[in-house]
Amino acid sequence: MAKNTTARTSGTANRRGRRHPLATVALLVIGLLSTGGAYALFTGTASAAPATVHTQASTEEGKKLFAANCATCHGLSAQGVAGVAPSLYGVGAASVDFQVGTGRMPLANQGPQAEQKPVQFTNEQIASLAQYVASLAPGPGIPSSKYLQANGNSSTGAELFRINCAMCHNVAGAGGALTEGKFAPALSGVLPQHIYEAMVTGPQNMPVFNDKNLTPTQKADIITYLKYLDKNPSPGGFDLGNLGPVAEGLFIWIFGLGAVVGVTIWIAAKAN
Amino acid sequence: MTVTETKPPVAPTATEPASTVPPSRGSRFTGAAANYIDERTSISGLVKELGRKIFPDHWSFMLGEVALYSFVVILLSGTFLTFFFQPSMASVNYAGSYPPLKGLDMSAAYSSTLNISFDIRGGLLFRQIHHWAALLFIAAIGLHMLRVYFTGAFRKPRELNWVIGFVLFVLAMAEGFTGYSLPDDLLSGNGLRIIDGLIKGIPVVGTWISYLLFGGEFPGTKVVALFYSVHILLLPAILVAALGLHLLLMVVNKHTQFAGPGRTNENVVGVPILPTFAAKAGGFFFVVFGVIVLIASLFTINPIWTYGPYDPSPVSAGTQPDWYIGFADGMLRLIPPGWEIVWLNHTWSFNIIIVILVLPLFLGLVAFYPFIEGWITGDKREHHIAERPRNAPTRTAIGAAGVTFYAVLWAAASSDLMATHFQITIEGVIHVLQALFFLGPIIAFFVTKRICLGLQKKDHEIALHGFESGRIVRLPGGEYIEVHEQLDDYERWRLVSYNEYKPVMLRPDSKGRITAGERARAALSRWFFEDRISPVTTTDIERSAGHH
Repeated sequence: MAKNTTARTSGTANRRGRRHPLATVALLVIGLLSTGGAYALFTGTASAAPATVHTQASTEEGKKLFAANCATCHGLSAQGVAGVAPSLYGVGAASVDFQVGTGRMPLANQGPQAEQKPVQFTNEQIASLAQYVASLAPGPGIPSSKYLQANGNSSTGAELFRINCAMCHNVAGAGGALTEGKFAPALSGVLPQHIYEAMVTGPQNMPVFNDKNLTPTQKADIITYLKYLDKNPSPGGFDLGNLGPVAEGLFIWIFGLGAVVGVTIWIAAKAN
Repeated sequence: MTVTETKPPVAPTATEPASTVPPSRGSRFTGAAANYIDERTSISGLVKELGRKIFPDHWSFMLGEVALYSFVVILLSGTFLTFFFQPSMASVNYAGSYPPLKGLDMSAAYSSTLNISFDIRGGLLFRQIHHWAALLFIAAIGLHMLRVYFTGAFRKPRELNWVIGFVLFVLAMAEGFTGYSLPDDLLSGNGLRIIDGLIKGIPVVGTWISYLLFGGEFPGTKVVALFYSVHILLLPAILVAALGLHLLLMVVNKHTQFAGPGRTNENVVGVPILPTFAAKAGGFFFVVFGVIVLIASLFTINPIWTYGPYDPSPVSAGTQPDWYIGFADGMLRLIPPGWEIVWLNHTWSFNIIIVILVLPLFLGLVAFYPFIEGWITGDKREHHIAERPRNAPTRTAIGAAGVTFYAVLWAAASSDLMATHFQITIEGVIHVLQALFFLGPIIAFFVTKRICLGLQKKDHEIALHGFESGRIVRLPGGEYIEVHEQLDDYERWRLVSYNEYKPVMLRPDSKGRITAGERARAALSRWFFEDRISPVTTTDIERSAGHH
């Protein structure tokens, strides 16, 4: 049988060829990784929540909204339903503003904890709902705006954050795992008002940090620190999600070593 | 371009006129300078010997170089950092330029690291170069070890060099860990606390060792200074010595090479150090350096400013060691809760004792694998041809099992991040990994071995009959056949040239006895070699050529 050399080279690796048989695969992988990596880098999770302005909120409107959207689980008079949803007596306006304002309520589905989804109501409607629930029984109210200006002491805030919050939310506020599928969410881009309300009301698995525990000024300091992190990107460059050594290790194995191995293959190919 | 090491071309001697063209002024100067040095040091012998060292040109042979070059980068950047770092745990009040830490009390070590990051020109870049290079260093060592393992390049006469390489790997991890602990930030303090816990878990002596290391109750005030000396003097000195020995043995033993035409167990085919390889390697060094600097200038590593000064009370979510210590952290995370008993008035923390038994056992198996395999196979021959992994199915399978074991532990260290990022429960992650801890290596072993044997069978088939061309031809008699393209002799050589092993025969020794050790060895050897595909022989090829 006559040898067909051109056919042969197409079928198998050409020993003297400049391209390794896996070169195409390697190129594809590099291409996919770099586009994927770049996509992951450049799509931020910045949520642009509109500023909250309280106008024309009314208890009456809130009651109607409650009956239409919340009463299925919480009961018609917010008394709660055993095994389904808690009573809302005494949770206060702060709790409603946090849960509904961040899109956690109405609940997307029963799960380990309420997931955030797009906010379902206008600020006005949220304010009405909050006013209605607050009217049922006294509870923590909407925080005063003087604590929400992020102009406190970021240094005290950072220290308080590390001591009180970092064990669940991570030192950089990147979030962390809790038991049984629950988790502490990332804190970047959360509105000062919601941060404050979360501390006061302790949503989901979060403990309550009342005013004896952390004074309003200290809460304002913590908000100042978190806003400082939001406004000042890492001085060292891209922060790889602030996830610490795991992200760094993955990065060096995939991109660092990947790039260097790519170069070795190129150099060795040039040898022929 | 390629040179065979056994036959070096004759070098022109000094008396021979190299060319008729009179040498230029520059080359006359170079010649005179070289002569001056040679007359005083007799270095030409060494240069001639080393300059003819041959490097085979396969990319996987350059991974060790990557490690070497990253180490050079680490030395350079580390030296810069020593100018500004203060290895002291004395309390100071921070007055540098990072607002969220202003006015806090912290150790001088942490404060000086912050100053390197924010107040010293180029300091942050150097810190990041140092840290990224360290990660790359150990990653490159790991990949280099895998290459050596899976090609059987650790076999005689290179067993000792494997052990030295392993020592380098452990030293590199120790360097990494001590370096990670120096800034005295929250993350490094948490890491040290885990080490402290491990040490205290050692029965009877644990507490004593911990007090000795930290100079009292953790965290004490002297561990940073201690680690600093270890990190910049002791370990680098041992590392450089071991590295020198590693390279020396590499020159003495010569490189391995993959099978190919003209490549035998007695020669090395490739490019010589001078001039080709030296130029390439020099260029490659700068490429590696460049990649590290590029990464360091674009990506944050170890943002100590967000971690804050060390304080034993807070522990951040997502606290992990650097990747190379991850396997140890993962092992700790996989131990089920409550493995503790009180016996003889002592608490026996088996949650820790098991870890400090299993990990050294695993590392010991890695370190001594060449001797273990050598004993099982009874192979005393020298091997200079790198084996293709598929041609040593059992070894490759053992390697895959080891990699899986390591990978499971490694994954366990990031169990919390897997839980949050893939939205699964952390208990689920841990339980799956606990199961994989035992099952993963076994599954990997059998799957890998079968894949290797399958690939060998494919090679066997191709060497004998060529590969299917997809061209269907109708013969005059009406019969259809598919034309098989034959390999050329070069390709076939690559496929057929490997050693065939057979299980060691169980024979009585000189006293006519069969010892238990020999029985064990014969059984292991049978396990190692019972499934095998014999290489295609010349007769096979000739016989099959008759068919076509």
